[in-house]
Amino acid sequence: MKTRNFLLPVATAGILAITLSACGGGGGGTTGGNDAASQGLDGRGPITYVQGKDNSNVVRPLIEKWNAAHPNEKVTFKEQTDQADQQHDDLVQHFQAKDPGYDVASVDVVWTAEFAAKGWLQPLKDKMALDTSALLKPTVEAASYKGTLFAAPESSDGGILYYRKDLVPTPPKTWDEMMSMCSVAKAHNIGCYSGQFKKYEGLTVNASEAINSAGGAVLDKDGKPSLNTPEAKAGLENLAKAYADGSIPKEAITFQEEESRQAFQDGKLLFLRNWPYVYNLATTEGSSKVKNVLGMTALPGKAGPGASSLGGHSAGISVYSKNKATAVDFLKFLTTEETQKFFATQGSLAPVIGKLYDDKDLVAKLPYLPVLKTSIENAVPRPVTPYYPAVTKAIQENAYSAIKGEKTVDAALSDMQKSIESASAGQ
Amino acid sequence: MATEVGPTSVKAPASGGAPIHHAPKGVGEDNRIATQGRWAAWLLAPTIVALSVVIVYPIITAIVMSFQKDAGVDASGFFVEGGPAGFSNYVNWIFQQCPAPGGGTVDCPPGTLGAQFWSATGTTFFFTIVTVTLETVLGFWMAVIMARAFRGRSLVRAAVLVPWAIPTAVTAKLWLFIFAFEGIGNKLFNTSVLWTGSEWPARWAVIIADVWKTTPFMALLILAGLQMIPAEVYEAAKVDGASAWQRFRMITLPLVKPALMVAILFRTLDALRMFDLPYILTGGANNTTTLSILVINQIRQGFNAAAALSTITFIIIFLVAFIFVRFLGANVVEQQTGAGKGKK
Repeated sequence: MKTRNFLLPVATAGILAITLSACGGGGGGTTGGNDAASQGLDGRGPITYVQGKDNSNVVRPLIEKWNAAHPNEKVTFKEQTDQADQQHDDLVQHFQAKDPGYDVASVDVVWTAEFAAKGWLQPLKDKMALDTSALLKPTVEAASYKGTLFAAPESSDGGILYYRKDLVPTPPKTWDEMMSMCSVAKAHNIGCYSGQFKKYEGLTVNASEAINSAGGAVLDKDGKPSLNTPEAKAGLENLAKAYADGSIPKEAITFQEEESRQAFQDGKLLFLRNWPYVYNLATTEGSSKVKNVLGMTALPGKAGPGASSLGGHSAGISVYSKNKATAVDFLKFLTTEETQKFFATQGSLAPVIGKLYDDKDLVAKLPYLPVLKTSIENAVPRPVTPYYPAVTKAIQENAYSAIKGEKTVDAALSDMQKSIESASAGQ
Repeated sequence: MATEVGPTSVKAPASGGAPIHHAPKGVGEDNRIATQGRWAAWLLAPTIVALSVVIVYPIITAIVMSFQKDAGVDASGFFVEGGPAGFSNYVNWIFQQCPAPGGGTVDCPPGTLGAQFWSATGTTFFFTIVTVTLETVLGFWMAVIMARAFRGRSLVRAAVLVPWAIPTAVTAKLWLFIFAFEGIGNKLFNTSVLWTGSEWPARWAVIIADVWKTTPFMALLILAGLQMIPAEVYEAAKVDGASAWQRFRMITLPLVKPALMVAILFRTLDALRMFDLPYILTGGANNTTTLSILVINQIRQGFNAAAALSTITFIIIFLVAFIFVRFLGANVVEQQTGAGKGKK
């Protein structure tokens, strides 16, 4: 009697919990997007724009401007954190929940394929098509998956080779040339070259640059790994050799962007591969020792400019949005010359419109633009694959061992190849 | 072992419970007890519902998910749901078997997360054993000092708490600056160690940061235990001519043991879940990937395999907790009754 009385509420609670878990069980579904992609195409009304932290206050003024012109289709800004991983996870959660409140989202170039393959991004074709003729080609490629555009390129980024004008009058054009100049560094008792070689996303950027610049590729056109090639080997070997003979200083395997910038600014490096943001800091910060001797050039390749990894963001429309007509208009607004110019002047974001790189006012303000244009024109998007998280881990893990010399370059590449094959063999 | 639990649980019905239940055989009494029982159940129900929602439901969901395959890309390039997976997610981790390109499985190649399971388990236990040992010893020492009466005692107690009050992620960033190649760590000792760039230094970096951060926690828990020991016991021992070492070994240690075991249990479970410190300090490089880091990395690649991994982690931590409570006498729930009895 007593036990039964006691069990009743407990059982109620248990049943409640089981019901709840049953509701959640179907949450893993990922193919629901295809029906949603044909709905809401003509919808107009208020939308939300989702983006990571707006550090240099670019987005708010833009949205105010848009809202003044479109009082019935106002855009609300939803600001995420400034951590890329957290932005990614936040988007995944909202897309999985089919949240119609995330209409337009700013998507890192490396997430586009994953989100598109999950059916979360609205294909930008037919009614939703965008004119991309004025945009830089690599940025459009990075926003496409299987030949279809899934997002509007919003901002771009490419690697730049910074060098010491006082020590090397003519910058190197190829990797071998650069390595031959390392004697200069040695004579001045400083490190020769560094990029970002800590085991994190930056290592993927640097390793793919090395492989692409030597004529290799991480993935072939069909998205299959193609690392067992002489070109890929030559690329990774460049890094491994340079680290082994000290051309890349040993502390470089602890460097992220900031540490490498600091080392260069302190005058401890002859060459530095980094993003455009370094220019401003290295020329204005009081502690910088390279203020007046900072040179910039394209990344060195095999016989000419190297292949930079492409950075930047694209704006995609969620398939679950109810007001897609407004959303497309907003994407077009983001890619106008005026908006792009504002991005560049206000936020130092690299424009996606080729023409702007030759704009005199802009170049006066951001002197690295001509170099950056060469960099982006020759850029190769990081591997475009829905399995990007697994691919980048495979590259980081093995490139790190190869650079440190714990593994031969051959073994590292073959392990990379196998890991990527295994990741995409899930089905 | 069992002696700790035994007396209290066996005694209860014999001394207190039985007479009250059976002596007055009135019908009204019986009814009142039944009503009380029903009341108690209803009062407990909200708690049980809350626990079901926040504990039972996620655990069941995770277990259900762990038997599902992760979504894969079909020929047209879009993700399709994976369907039932049987034990393949568990096989992936425990036997390190990864899907092969042509179907079937192969040994996980280095660079996949599956290949890191056992090394991550080893790393996690290594960190746990080393950090908890160091923290217990240092924490005990700090607690003994803080238990003494001296001027500025409250200041010391507050100061000791500072590392514990700083969020772990911030701690990790602080130590990242200290352990940077150009950082103060190398400057101070005039060394050029790649703290986060080579295996043993990276491990020690994590251990040092963790010990710095969590020793105060141990110290406070042990201090609480020390203060429950009545001063008369020590006086009596002194009168009997016990040396300081004898007093420590025969009085302090046994009497502080319940509090100490609980503190060690908490820290062990905490250390087994270690995530932020190695994640920020080394990114998991140089053999500092713990199980929690592996789970987070896997979540980005597929939820279902991650669910399997977190279920495995859950079972490991559960087993460790079980061993503590069952065999080492860490008595979390009945500690107060036990201590009270001891005093009497």
